[in-house]
Amino acid sequence: MMKKSISFQLNKEMRTIDVSPNEGLLEMLRDRIGVKSPKCGCDRGDCGTCTVVIDGKTVRSCLVLAIEVDGSELTTLEGVMNQGQINPLQQMFLDKNVFQCGFCAPGMILSATELLEKHPHPTREQVQEGLAGNLCRCTGYTPIIDAVLEHGGCKGGCRE
Amino acid sequence: MAAAKGGAVSDELEKKIDFKVIGKSAVRVDGKAKISGAAQYINDLEFGPGLLFAEIVESPHAYARIKKIDTSKAEKVTGVVKVVSGKEFPFRFGLYMHDRYVFAQDHVRFVGEQVAAVIARTPAIAKKAARLVRVEYDVLEPVLDVEAALQDDAPLIHPELAKYQHVPWFFPKKNSNIAHFRKVRKGDMNDGFKSADFIFEDTYTVPRYAHCSIETHGAVGLFDHSRRLTVWAASQSPHTQRHLFAEALAPLGITHKDVRVIAPFVGGGFGGKAGVSMEILAAALATTVQGNPVKVMWSRAQEFYNTYQRQGVVAKMRVGVKKDGTITALEQKLHWDAGAYVEYGANVVNAAGLSATGPYRIPNVSIDSVCVYTNLPPGGPYRGFGYSEFIFGLESHLNEIAKKLQLDPVEFRLKNAIAEGDTLNYGGKMNPSGLQECIRKAAQEIEWGKKTVSSDPKKATGKGFALFWKAPAMPPNASSTAFLKFNEDGSLNVLVSAMEIGQGFLTVMAQIAGEVLGIPVEKIRVETPDTDRNPYEWQTVASHITWSTGNAVKKAAIDAREQIFDTVSRALGKDRDSLYLEDESVKSKREPAFGLKLRDFVINGIMMKDGTWRGGPIVARGMFMPEFASAISDPETSQGGKPNVHYTVGASAIEIEVDRETGKVRIPKVVLAVDCGKVLNPDLLKGQVTGGMVQGLATVLFEDMRFSDEGKLLNANFTDYKIPTAMDVPDEIVSIFVEHAQPDGPFGARGVGEHTMIPAAPIIANAIEDALGIRLKSMPITAERVALALLDRK
Repeated sequence: MMKKSISFQLNKEMRTIDVSPNEGLLEMLRDRIGVKSPKCGCDRGDCGTCTVVIDGKTVRSCLVLAIEVDGSELTTLEGVMNQGQINPLQQMFLDKNVFQCGFCAPGMILSATELLEKHPHPTREQVQEGLAGNLCRCTGYTPIIDAVLEHGGCKGGCRE
Repeated sequence: MAAAKGGAVSDELEKKIDFKVIGKSAVRVDGKAKISGAAQYINDLEFGPGLLFAEIVESPHAYARIKKIDTSKAEKVTGVVKVVSGKEFPFRFGLYMHDRYVFAQDHVRFVGEQVAAVIARTPAIAKKAARLVRVEYDVLEPVLDVEAALQDDAPLIHPELAKYQHVPWFFPKKNSNIAHFRKVRKGDMNDGFKSADFIFEDTYTVPRYAHCSIETHGAVGLFDHSRRLTVWAASQSPHTQRHLFAEALAPLGITHKDVRVIAPFVGGGFGGKAGVSMEILAAALATTVQGNPVKVMWSRAQEFYNTYQRQGVVAKMRVGVKKDGTITALEQKLHWDAGAYVEYGANVVNAAGLSATGPYRIPNVSIDSVCVYTNLPPGGPYRGFGYSEFIFGLESHLNEIAKKLQLDPVEFRLKNAIAEGDTLNYGGKMNPSGLQECIRKAAQEIEWGKKTVSSDPKKATGKGFALFWKAPAMPPNASSTAFLKFNEDGSLNVLVSAMEIGQGFLTVMAQIAGEVLGIPVEKIRVETPDTDRNPYEWQTVASHITWSTGNAVKKAAIDAREQIFDTVSRALGKDRDSLYLEDESVKSKREPAFGLKLRDFVINGIMMKDGTWRGGPIVARGMFMPEFASAISDPETSQGGKPNVHYTVGASAIEIEVDRETGKVRIPKVVLAVDCGKVLNPDLLKGQVTGGMVQGLATVLFEDMRFSDEGKLLNANFTDYKIPTAMDVPDEIVSIFVEHAQPDGPFGARGVGEHTMIPAAPIIANAIEDALGIRLKSMPITAERVALALLDRK
């Protein structure tokens, strides 16, 4: 198959790479570029652990072809750090000991970030909905939901 | 903290209540790695351009004889390096019983079983070539049901069962499908039932379940040109894997010294990554492509059908009770659908059999726990290890009995709850336990007895209650060890080989070492192991790591402390007995002005006036093995041994709202009260309660493994096998900790990781009965099942 050269911004850095038309984005990011925070948990869009941000929206990278991100802006967990330091949302997750095995964390943090951009002071239901695409088997979600709510300024959830 | 009844309180807890680190919610030592994406899991490791990939050729049949395997076409594909099948590895292996094979030999025994493997330069080539491997089968009639497998004329799934090597506490029945029969007899059943006013009898069934770690299994093997075998694996059991690899591959001349297992972070375990399942493939395949690393990564579907599954069980029970609610006798017949290979699962059957009375004082007991081969995927360890399964039936049944006796279910449980010193099913004595307190606190928190009413007439409300208990299931000599070593700045490395599987193990070990040595957690590094560098650990299972490895780390820290005192007293002439550690310094009770920072001497020692040095690098070790345990007992009664080191007990209560039309359950509140002795880190413990409870609720409300009539798993994905999302959690989950110290635990702690999912199923079943008057005796209790039961009643 003919390879095609694509260019995109990855965590604020311009990248150019040759991709096959059938190459998946998750595969390209992990195996060819070496960005390992997006994980493969199901390879069919069910679990959300491969979540990345494309042009401001969270997307399951296992369902996207690499060729589709030509000209886009991509962010992975590696790109949400503040000059090598964790950001305030990450700090909240750290202080509250919310994650256990940590495998879902990269995707979950990106979904929580998007949710807080959309609803800076979310209700509990908004947080639950915002995180519903990211499966976690360890935590029972509650500590994650509570930490996002606290980050949003209202312990227990803001009112509409 | 409450004092334990009978005075058996850990000295430490009595003497020292002003802990610096223990009992505090220390931030996880692996926290930053996990929230920054720095944490590496098996599939994140790099192996360079030489890495090969294996694709597995699987059995499409539940039971068949292999006639012929033709690999010639696959071998011709460009990029294929090797095609391997059972003929290269005619060896049996297993954890407790050697009944498993690297690849199927003459028979396949479940759909998805590994028959051959294609090793290629890329995953795509391996996949393509695997489809070209031709296997001819004689298809046999599979045995898919546990009761069918127990019939006299049932086909034998393992005709050579009698020849299999196994641990001395297993009792296989030759010429049958019974791989292990655990029999418990206590008291006199005739007396027990004679003295009862009523006998209640019923049958409850629990299907199979999947662990559903978000990270699938994966392993990479490298057999280098010096014949050294290294395996990187997503693992709960690095040392046990090393041992089993060495045992299984011994015919190739491989010894323990040649085998090394390196375990990176694990993306969820829950028992699924214990023992050896698919990891054997990476180890074995590596030996066929010497010099090249070879990766085997399970797909989500393989994760469902070819690791371990939680075994199904049919539980028949008879309970004798007096009018006043005193239980006089319990008979349990547990028939376990253990699947095609039971090398690990048979011990689940064993553990459940020893404890199938639940946490109750019952004088007359008869338990048959029977491990039955079927042509379904291998059963094995899953958080709860048999207890979740029998507790569903037992706690449902006891609730029905209370109702029939017109007794309050909580009062009925309080009356019969086991207490410290009561005789256990196998004859030993119950350890310190705050069960009564757990029951009262859980009942109070859920406002037991207060009926709630929904404002919506379509909704019915109900409350459910259940007790739970569990002991670690492990060989009596399962042991833990630890090394400690200092760095020049007084920071510390703790080397252990138990696994961080999310529970917070590394953090708690840092807390234990830090407490003894006066060092803050932030200055202690604890990482996942490499069996070449880290000392021995049996496995990270059984909720015994905090207790067992915690004891080893504490002993190692005490060893370090003694070396420190030795150096200081020798070099500076200080009275050894006056020395203590605080704020990263050695201090003296006699000389308040004296203080020597650890960083000033733990590597380089202390210089004397003549320029010579005393001391040197502090390197310490600790070991713990429960020398009081024994698995040997009378096979006809189980009396005489000490198979369990301790039980952790508790109570759980729930409030639900159920839709009378759709059967959908909403959970406003659920409570879990547990006595795991001294709480070492409240945040992490709360994490175990919340996560375990949601995982347990999922087994009863959502998850439902479906097999075809041919034994093929039909829902091997997250679309069809539903696990909870953030939308599906209870509105409120309350954790209550009761602390009766474990005398032989580190700072009084005992195990808790598995327990929190055990009562989830019966609290739901009992709450549904309370709300609707319907008793559902089979799991799962999905909305659909509730709705159908409501229709049936109309």
